[in-house]
Amino acid sequence: MRRLARALATLLGIVVLGLVVFTMWAWRSAIEPITPPSAASFDPALVAKGEKLADAGYCLTCHTPPRGKPYAGGLPMVTAFGTIYSTNITPDAATGIGNWSQEAFTRALHEGVARDGSHLFPAFPYDHFTRVSDDDAKALYAFVMTRPAVAQTAPPNTLPFPLNVRLLQAGWKLLFFKEGRFQPVTEQSAEWNRGAYLAEGLSHCGACHTPRNALGAEKKGADAHLAGAAIDGWFAPPLTAANPAPVPWSAAELHDYLRNGGTPYHGVAAGPMSNVVRQGYALLDDADVNAVASYIASGNGSADRKADVGQIVGDALARSRYDASQGGDHGAALYTSACAACHYNPVSGPLLARPELGLKSSISAPDPTNLVQVILHGIGVKDGLPGTMMPAFGAGMSDDDVAAIATYLRKSRTTLPPWTDVPGVVARVRSGKTP
Amino acid sequence: MTTTFTLNGKPMSAEVPDDTPLLWVIRETANLTGTKFGCGIGMCGACTVHIEGRATRSCITPVSLVDGAAITTIEGLSADNSHPLQKAWVTCQVPQCGYCQSGQIMQAAAMLKDIPQPSDADIDGVMSGNLCRCMAYVRIRSAIKIAAVEMHGVVPPTAASAPAAPASAPEVAKHV
Repeated sequence: MRRLARALATLLGIVVLGLVVFTMWAWRSAIEPITPPSAASFDPALVAKGEKLADAGYCLTCHTPPRGKPYAGGLPMVTAFGTIYSTNITPDAATGIGNWSQEAFTRALHEGVARDGSHLFPAFPYDHFTRVSDDDAKALYAFVMTRPAVAQTAPPNTLPFPLNVRLLQAGWKLLFFKEGRFQPVTEQSAEWNRGAYLAEGLSHCGACHTPRNALGAEKKGADAHLAGAAIDGWFAPPLTAANPAPVPWSAAELHDYLRNGGTPYHGVAAGPMSNVVRQGYALLDDADVNAVASYIASGNGSADRKADVGQIVGDALARSRYDASQGGDHGAALYTSACAACHYNPVSGPLLARPELGLKSSISAPDPTNLVQVILHGIGVKDGLPGTMMPAFGAGMSDDDVAAIATYLRKSRTTLPPWTDVPGVVARVRSGKTP
Repeated sequence: MTTTFTLNGKPMSAEVPDDTPLLWVIRETANLTGTKFGCGIGMCGACTVHIEGRATRSCITPVSLVDGAAITTIEGLSADNSHPLQKAWVTCQVPQCGYCQSGQIMQAAAMLKDIPQPSDADIDGVMSGNLCRCMAYVRIRSAIKIAAVEMHGVVPPTAASAPAAPASAPEVAKHV
């Protein structure tokens, strides 16, 4: 009996000691609050540089809900663990980051720790921002601290216990997070390195395009990197050689897509990608857009693909020809009435604002999620391609109608095997659930 | 929620739920009744208007999707009914009952911007979503061709264009 008690006491001691060690290791001290610096105290050139960097990270997108005040937070981010609301990063002292020093701001970017020492959730992609240089962190700080201060507190997160215990995030970091600035690859060009710095750092492409593990961390390894992942009810396509678009994603095509929101040979930026363009790449210097395009193209095998673009485009146009004999196929009939007015292209070639569906990765993707999203909900004039919108067919069409159009497009525009359970996908997308 | 846009050049602000169809705002709020309600599910074309110059079915366009956009209805296509399509419509006496005609004209006007000299196949391809229960399709096609000639001065081809693959990457016209 006494031996058992002693064993229990020893065990308890080890547990307590472990907790103490963990807490000591996980503990981050608060950084002294400061009086919010005046906007005039920042060099305008530094602020301007910071604005471009904030655009490269499309910070506005997550830190502003639809029709909300810029950078004042409150956008709900629905995760498998609960809903996390983005925070107010305007320089309001009480509800924003007005009393954060440069040191506190940089620590948040590089280590995922708030000014008060609490660990941030990785919904804030500090696993990417840790690569941002100290100089760029200074420019970003100058930019956000010169925004109009907004007094607004985000709604509380809905993470259940114990996931809401911020100290435990240190354990997540131990498992999945490696702090460190971007290290240039000397064998690569300056443009490639600039692209890698932006894409892997501020632009955090992998946050959507790299699949995550059961604990919400991006999977490691070359196979997983940018290999495509489900995000917010959409599927972020692979940025690798596995991308299903018929025309290769060359650096030039990537540049035009990121800059304009679409190209005649590829899809239109929609869903979560929409603001990456509109609030991000459309606003950057062309050299930076080219750099990211070059970096992504270097990893997707497009240079090695001996693709005859003219042939691919011609084939797609041939497959899309209006054919009155298609009567009898419900999907074809619906397509003719509902879709062709905008998606029909003349023989001279696809027009940018008439997306040629046979060239879209949403038709050649392994499942119809993105196509169904667009059919059901449409695309707004402020999304993807400026000035070009698509109505929302979900209001008038049944799940079976939408499924029939998707099935018809897959059959007529590709030589790929048919999708399975398309009505099920339509019902799921309509319900707003992520697969 | 408030959605603001311009309607036929005039600023407009609608205090309606985000999912309100644009057609309702045009007809009920702005009292412009030239645009018609046909099927309500984007399958007949009677409600076609221009959003940023492109033909769109207004009955299935939630007003939130057009925040900030320039919208044109049949009333705004020209100041004095002088658009070549409107003149050709009169010349050819296209309408019978007339219900679908504003949608037909708006769709055709947008098509002629993208495809200035449409073949019969082009007209079929683009206009098949605009239904006419009076079967005025032959006169609609004639009027489109007359308008195309007035606008671009060239007689469009009558034979269906062959769906041949272009030898090289086609030249691409950008619209943005």
